[in-house]
Amino acid sequence: MGNLPTAPFVSSNKTRRRLGEFVVYVLLITSALVAVAVTIGIVFSLAFEAYHFFQLISWQDFLFGTKWSPQTAIRSDQVGAEGSFGVLPLVVGTLLISAIAMAIATPLGLASAIYLAEYATPRARSIIKPMLEILAGIPTVVYGFFAALMIAPFIRMTGSSIGLEVASESALAAGIAMGIMIVPLISSLSDDVINSVPQSLRDASYGLGATQAETIRKVILPAALPGISGSLLLATSTAIGETMIVVMAAGMAANLSVNPLDAVTTVTVQIVSLLTGDQEFDSAKTLSAFALGIMLFCVTLVLNVIAQKIVKHFREQYD
Amino acid sequence: MDTKGKIQVSAKDVNVFYGDKQALQNITLDVKSNKVTSFIGPSGCGKTTFLKCINRMNDLIDICRVEGNILVAGQDIYDKSVDMVALRAHVGMVFQKPNPFPKSIFENVAYGMKIHNMTSSKSELADRVEDSLRRAALWDEVKDRLDQPGTGLSGGQQQRLCIARTIAVQPKVILMDEPASALDPIATAKIEELIHELKQNFTIIIVTHSMQQAARVSQQTAFFHLGNLVEFGKTTDIFTNPQDERTQNYITGRIG
Amino acid sequence: MTNSFTDITPSLRRRHARETRFKWMGKIAIIIAVSFLLVMVGSIAWLGSGALKQTRVQLNVHLDAAQIDAAAVADANYGKLIKTALLDRFPEVTKRRDKKSLYGLVSYDAAYALHDRVVAEPGLIGQDLRMWFVASDDLDMLIKGNLETTGDENRRRFSDKQLGWINSLKEEGAIKSVFNVAFFTTGDSREPELAGVLGAFVGTAFTLLVCFCLSFPIGIMAAIYLEEFAKKNRWNDLIEVNINNLAAVPSIVFGLLGLAVFLNVFGLPRSSPLVGGMVLALMTLPTIIIAARAALRAVPPSIREAALGIGATQIQTVFHHVAPLALPGMLTGAIVGMARALGETAPLLMIGMVAFIVDIPGSVVQPATALPVQIFLWADSPERAFLEKTSAAIIVLIVFLILMNLVAILLRNKYSQRF
Ligand SMILES: Nc1ncnc2c1ncn2[C@@H]1O[C@H](COP(=O)(O)OP(=O)(O)O)[C@@H](O)[C@H]1O
Ligand SMILES: [Mg+2]
Repeated sequence: MGNLPTAPFVSSNKTRRRLGEFVVYVLLITSALVAVAVTIGIVFSLAFEAYHFFQLISWQDFLFGTKWSPQTAIRSDQVGAEGSFGVLPLVVGTLLISAIAMAIATPLGLASAIYLAEYATPRARSIIKPMLEILAGIPTVVYGFFAALMIAPFIRMTGSSIGLEVASESALAAGIAMGIMIVPLISSLSDDVINSVPQSLRDASYGLGATQAETIRKVILPAALPGISGSLLLATSTAIGETMIVVMAAGMAANLSVNPLDAVTTVTVQIVSLLTGDQEFDSAKTLSAFALGIMLFCVTLVLNVIAQKIVKHFREQYD
Repeated sequence: MDTKGKIQVSAKDVNVFYGDKQALQNITLDVKSNKVTSFIGPSGCGKTTFLKCINRMNDLIDICRVEGNILVAGQDIYDKSVDMVALRAHVGMVFQKPNPFPKSIFENVAYGMKIHNMTSSKSELADRVEDSLRRAALWDEVKDRLDQPGTGLSGGQQQRLCIARTIAVQPKVILMDEPASALDPIATAKIEELIHELKQNFTIIIVTHSMQQAARVSQQTAFFHLGNLVEFGKTTDIFTNPQDERTQNYITGRIG
Repeated sequence: MTNSFTDITPSLRRRHARETRFKWMGKIAIIIAVSFLLVMVGSIAWLGSGALKQTRVQLNVHLDAAQIDAAAVADANYGKLIKTALLDRFPEVTKRRDKKSLYGLVSYDAAYALHDRVVAEPGLIGQDLRMWFVASDDLDMLIKGNLETTGDENRRRFSDKQLGWINSLKEEGAIKSVFNVAFFTTGDSREPELAGVLGAFVGTAFTLLVCFCLSFPIGIMAAIYLEEFAKKNRWNDLIEVNINNLAAVPSIVFGLLGLAVFLNVFGLPRSSPLVGGMVLALMTLPTIIIAARAALRAVPPSIREAALGIGATQIQTVFHHVAPLALPGMLTGAIVGMARALGETAPLLMIGMVAFIVDIPGSVVQPATALPVQIFLWADSPERAFLEKTSAAIIVLIVFLILMNLVAILLRNKYSQRF
């Protein structure tokens, strides 16, 4: 009489299962949010310490100052007790080394990518690609060691043999090593980009009687340009943020110089030198590392965001 | 020199292989100058493959191998001495899907002339671009926006741009691979009209899967089936009085 | 104009020449990059191969019973016994400066080695003992042919007189080269002839262990969420953009984060593999997430439909059917991420893993250093002998790297034909 039996798809332990699944679901979301938390953590921790720094040193002095000598005084009443925190020499040094690196990596990386994408037989590709991947996989500390050990003395020897004065730790040595390090990054990204230019454009060009080089230079590269420029931006950002090569091969001297044969220092080198060894945590010297850090973070972030926008736009165009 | 009615393209015993797979068997046919010749047949029968043999676009496919002789203007194009660049300037091609370069309309048309150093001055180049666009019946539609990207045109306009780009190089033969298959009927009608005009100056070979189109635009028709050239002759003959049963089945819609 | 396309015009010839040049540009670029790789790895391997050999010197030590108190064997002055043995061998050496340089032929480890031997075998006291001792780094370098033996004496490590002693030792067969076991079994040392990579290796292993245990589970869960559950909306877009950008943040910034948060806020132990692993985990997380998502995407939708079709919930579908199929791919991505973390140096410098540490770390909270940091430290040392240690450590690092990548490749090849 009374009640109908429960329908078989109305399960009684539904709520219990729901709860268990809910817990798993929350765990999954939390994991995804860790990535966001890391970003927030970076921004806040850097900003927090940098804020303390800018209470000691004005931001104008930091951004536009031309002298960097962050040593803290032995006596607090000494002249220049606070040191000088003008970031320009570091910025110029960073840009100089990155520019040298890009000047080397761009032609090498692009030419390699073009060769791999357009000329290499599948067999040659299967040999060259892993080689470049190895180059990309070698830790930067190794490049730094090699730059200091071989490249710098070589440049100095060559320089002195033609009567040039070369610092023992020159921007050029660090820039060359960094350039080679970046080649595989540019070549693999550009290789992908060139491969995603549709075959129909190649056919059109060959159909008109263009040679392969003409097709590449006048059709494929222009079509791939947005993607390639995205990869160059990413490479620049890598060069700016690279640490070990410059720490080992570029030196500590904060010279405001654009001569590649001079010793210069970079933002990352200074962060390392300020924070290794003994540190008193609230001195301007230690805090300045975080000001440098947030600057580095912002610059590389902007470059990455632009690069990713460009590349994404490019992909959508041909997908 | 009047070449009307002379043989422009002549194929003898052409066999084409993709790897081990044979795509064409013993194709022998002659294409006459200043006529439109159409290739018809069910898809996969080898029409595109044969078309690409005529300007050696097949060379770009690693696994593709061509046997036999193809003569263009009396010259065996698979001979060692033939320069592919010069050949393709002589035998132009229009593809199935419109493929304008991501450049301006002007640059699209000027491209071929530039790489072949065909003009000596800027004004000559501009004149030739205009002339080509006029002959492709596109000039009036684009004359005010020559600096706009060619990719911004409609599909039919893009295809006519591709034709303008091809004729700008002044080839003798134009290969068209289903040039209207991606277009709507109005755009198709324009292309067909254009083909009719172009045959005054060019030898045209057109692949189509529309029999009506073949009947409308071509004087000669070749019917391909499973890699064989089944029948080749005057278009009117093929459609009204096919000799082979397979041709008859195809045009009456039983295969294809 | 002829119709022929066989007679090549000059302009056409120029175009073909340009084509050839263009093609060669690509080849040359690749040749440059690859030869740089070969020169770099080759020269480092060549330099580092020296570290596999260790030079030993044989001395005849008189274990004078008067010097060693049988009741307190361990307290005897073994350094003095070694010096006496050296002076006995070269009685002509009398001047203070000469004596000092004579003592410099053997490592200061010799005294410890003798101590250990006598403590183990007190019966030796009173006898003469012929024993092989580790040579000093300078002698080691000389024997390996890395030092000048001619030219201006003042600019050389060894004077002609010292070279004479060494030659006489050589002639009587009291100098030999042996395989340098110690390099692989000891920690760091201020003395290059005694320094080994084991400490750094263990430090790296602990660091990577922590890194993997954190980043792998979090990474695959994040990937599962983003790939299987996240709806297309602004928040999830934000997470995605965030992950992509995080992948390109300079590694040193992660070090700053670790310093400011893990050390200064949470007060975790400085220089420990725990903190190093945490920092590297944050750094590798984006790589793992991106690889894991690709692996999940490669699982055909039919599998999801099949599971859902027999009444599995979405979570059951993912955890019972999709994730297991994607696991090899995710693992491959994780190993590739770990391999990159293995070579990271800069963030570890920030959190103090750059200290001079002799002891082999026994747990993740003890101070340690890591292989790449050890390389950095040794590269900075002035002694010529550290050059070959640095190179050898680089070779160890690269071998480790290659092994990890090999595992990743094998995994990929083994499971890639599944779908
Ligand atoms: N690039 C290629 N690789 C291998 N086989 C191909 C290739 N292109 C075409 N084929 C094969 O050759 C045959 C003829 O193709 P196609 O000439 O494109 O036919 P149609 O244009 O008549 O439709 C087909 O069976 C096709 O599968
Ligand atoms: Mg076709």
